[in-house]
Amino acid sequence: MWLLNSSIGKKVVMSVTGLFLILFLTFHMSMNLVAIFSAEGYNMICEFLGANWYALVGTAVIAGGAALHILYAFWLTYINRRARGNNRYAVVSKPKTVEWASQNMLVLGIIIVLGLCMHMWDFWAKMQLNELTGLFPDVNPHDGYALIVEKFSSPIATVCYLIWFVAIWFHLTHGFWSALHTLGWNNKTWLARWKCIANIFTTVICLGFAVVAIYFGFIA
Amino acid sequence: MEKTINITLKIWRQRGPKEKGAFKEYALNDISTDSSFLEMLDILNEQLINKGEEPVVFDHDCREGICGMCSLYINGHPHGPDEDVTTCQLHMRRFNDGDVITIEPWRSAGFPVIRDLMVDRGAFDKIIQAGGYVSVNTGGVPDANAIPIPKADADEAMDSASCIGCGACVAACKNGSAMLFVSAKVSQLALLPQGRVEAASRAKAMLAKMDELGFGNCTNTGACEAECPKSVSISNIARLNREYIKAKLKD
Repeated sequence: MWLLNSSIGKKVVMSVTGLFLILFLTFHMSMNLVAIFSAEGYNMICEFLGANWYALVGTAVIAGGAALHILYAFWLTYINRRARGNNRYAVVSKPKTVEWASQNMLVLGIIIVLGLCMHMWDFWAKMQLNELTGLFPDVNPHDGYALIVEKFSSPIATVCYLIWFVAIWFHLTHGFWSALHTLGWNNKTWLARWKCIANIFTTVICLGFAVVAIYFGFIA
Repeated sequence: MEKTINITLKIWRQRGPKEKGAFKEYALNDISTDSSFLEMLDILNEQLINKGEEPVVFDHDCREGICGMCSLYINGHPHGPDEDVTTCQLHMRRFNDGDVITIEPWRSAGFPVIRDLMVDRGAFDKIIQAGGYVSVNTGGVPDANAIPIPKADADEAMDSASCIGCGACVAACKNGSAMLFVSAKVSQLALLPQGRVEAASRAKAMLAKMDELGFGNCTNTGACEAECPKSVSISNIARLNREYIKAKLKD
């Protein structure tokens, strides 16, 4: 199976799962923005998704995509380190055109996973998981708005989330165009265009997330 | 007017593929800034031989930037700090009096060290053998204008074909990937009608060989393109990905 055996096949899996996760982030960010405008509107979304069957299927698909992306990341990094050989260079100088993020995708990814754990505990465990198992009987799983207000009343939590968004920004600025490049959807003209589109799109997503955190952390 | 500089060289010395290597320092005085980098190493080797020591082993051949034989990882850059030149085209005017110059071999599992600064780049030949050719029987020699080729395609193919197979891309890549080399070789043929016929099988065969020989996976950092002495573009890598994915989807 070429998606398991060949180098390009493995990277196709990284690209497709990565683009899928970017799509997920786009929807997630759009829904978050509702919280700024309307508490009822946001809670309506929370109730509409909740632990309904379609939300559960969606969650499973997203979790599967993320798991594949992370597994392949470690697998590919292991092969790459082995390919580099046992002796490292004594002097390393990064060419100016090489993005910092592109050489630190695994480190950024690990930071993102840590942030994800924090986020799952803060919200998912108290919403969808709570609705399924009743883990937190004194928390209303459909009152997402109250959870946001409570969470971001702590400046430390707000700053943690903002750091997380910065890591996501770096990861996505490289990941977005790199995924399209790996899928072969690139040439000399589109190389610069995709990089520009990646920067703009990533900035919009991360700003969207950050605005909600800043609004509830420092303004509301 | 000729100017001379005194430099210190930190050179990787390794007696054989299995032996452990280490850096050794050499002081070199009165080197003309007009001399080339390899001439400077020739002067060092002459001094070493006169002292009865083992000369430093390094690869070189045409010394005019077209054979792809010279290598050397100089001060953190394959082919040294100059852009778009091979080591043999690098001159000592790029360095200053009192500089410490660190010279290392290409470091990659795919390119084992033979001795000192010389590495075995036979892996590239094996990749070419796997499919980097055209085996279409064309009969008699056709007229040059019998197959019209758009100028843009011909130019693009020529740019890809400018790859000299020196291995700087692998040396520069943090993943030890040979994708720039393989993609240039796949592209120069895939862009032309004569090479198009075998494009799918070529992409599959050359990539399979590349993976088999232990090269890493490309993560699109672009370090290869930045360090390539022939400025081969990473757009070739996108083309190889496209050719390969298309070929696999057809299977």
